[in-house]
Amino acid sequence: MHQFLQQVFSGLASGAIYASLALALVMIYRATDLVNFAQGEMAMFSTYIAWTLVQAGLPFWAAFVLTLAISFLGGLVIERVVIRPVENAPVLAAVIVTIGLLLIFNSLAGWIYSYTVQDFPSPFPDRPVLGALMTTRDLGVVAVTLVMLLLLFSFFRFTTTGLAMRAAAQNPASARLCGIRVGRMLAIGWGLAATIGATAGMMVAPVLFLDPNMMGGVLLYAFAGALLGGITSPVGAVVGGLIVGVTENLVGTYLIASQLKLTVAFIVIILVLVVRPNGLFGTAVVRRM
Amino acid sequence: MAPILQLRAVKAFYGQSEVLHGVDVAVEDGGMTVLLGANGAGKTTTLRAICGMVRSEGEIVFAGRRLERLSTEDIAGLGVAHVPEGRGTFSDLTVEENLRLGGYTRRSGAQASMQRMFGHFPILAARRQQQAGALSGGEQQMLAIARALMMAPRLLVLDEPSFGLAPRIVEEMFAILDRIRHEENVSVLLVEQNASLALSLADHAYLIETGYVVASGSAKSLADDPQIRRSYLGY
Repeated sequence: MHQFLQQVFSGLASGAIYASLALALVMIYRATDLVNFAQGEMAMFSTYIAWTLVQAGLPFWAAFVLTLAISFLGGLVIERVVIRPVENAPVLAAVIVTIGLLLIFNSLAGWIYSYTVQDFPSPFPDRPVLGALMTTRDLGVVAVTLVMLLLLFSFFRFTTTGLAMRAAAQNPASARLCGIRVGRMLAIGWGLAATIGATAGMMVAPVLFLDPNMMGGVLLYAFAGALLGGITSPVGAVVGGLIVGVTENLVGTYLIASQLKLTVAFIVIILVLVVRPNGLFGTAVVRRM
Repeated sequence: MAPILQLRAVKAFYGQSEVLHGVDVAVEDGGMTVLLGANGAGKTTTLRAICGMVRSEGEIVFAGRRLERLSTEDIAGLGVAHVPEGRGTFSDLTVEENLRLGGYTRRSGAQASMQRMFGHFPILAARRQQQAGALSGGEQQMLAIARALMMAPRLLVLDEPSFGLAPRIVEEMFAILDRIRHEENVSVLLVEQNASLALSLADHAYLIETGYVVASGSAKSLADDPQIRRSYLGY
């Protein structure tokens, strides 16, 4: 029983990371109807920026905050420079652009930092807590994720800019009639998504170690989480991400070799698409002909 | 009175095809002007041209400013509040959030405006925490108008506000509108299928057919025109 609970809690820690990245995916999807395949690689690149700052002698949390700011600006620039030109293009063209971004970031990281695996520092000590159910490191990851989610939900719920972003995502034409600069809102959305991804990257890097392909698997789990929650629902993304994290851990412990864990993500994706395409919290998109 | 809005030889295009062929329309400051015409005549397109939602040529002057090159957002910021066809409320957001968005461009006074809107439309006060999508058609239209007025606009542009509503609701809505347009100090440009009701409220009217203005004048003179009576008023 104790081992089972241990696996559940450690699953929650990785689930929190999938939840963050899933949330970033959902934000972009809601705002632009676009799945950003580069989300994981953007997070990986942000993590390298943090690593560089730490190597340069910055304390971890200073590097963390600075990386978030840089990532926000980076997301903004990516939207303006790369995504804006394909805004009205067929969705396939936009998807290809995000896949292109994925390859660019991956190669860029490999070129600058090489493909050698690097050690990434964790700000949290690694001690068992809660009757050895969890480590302080896992607890720290969950706490950071929770704080980020709380800030994000407060932003969307209570600030005028957050409200304007929701309006722009839901009905761009009406938002313009209210005087909202929809393009600017989309850019902020990309900035925020990049920031969320950066958090996820910096939290997962101490566990996975840092290399340019670090986020490949994480992105797949995040996709599974986002789909499970319903690709249109931010709450669903978080819940879905956590469920995927716990499931992955339990299946890896009790059912199959942990090397095969990634199949869990694919099984979840296929099951959701077959059984419940709108996910747990998503709403069906109905268009009258 | 000088017109607050003046369109001169305005053409509008959907892609390559020209759907407005040079219309002249004016809205007096403090007045209410109605555009009449059959479906597909170009009424909605005229409104869209004003708000920069379609490509247009010609001259559109609002309060001394040329609008043709401006974006929809900028035009809204200048004080043109457009309630589009189909109302354009944010159905997943609450009534209050919709109204807050109406006041998005304002630096101050939005809170006081919201209280005034709840006074004009008590039903919105009762439903302020509900999602806009859960409101009835009439309530949504009132929300759309209230949201537009939250901008403290100088010109309110209404595209078929009576569409899909029961006659009793339509009369109630226009009664409120007629009262508050003076209180809110706003000029109105209205597109409306219900010609007799619209002509009874407006002071100027334009009849648009296939992209041209074919008749214009005071609302009374158009209401008395035998041909318009036959074609649009049905008596």
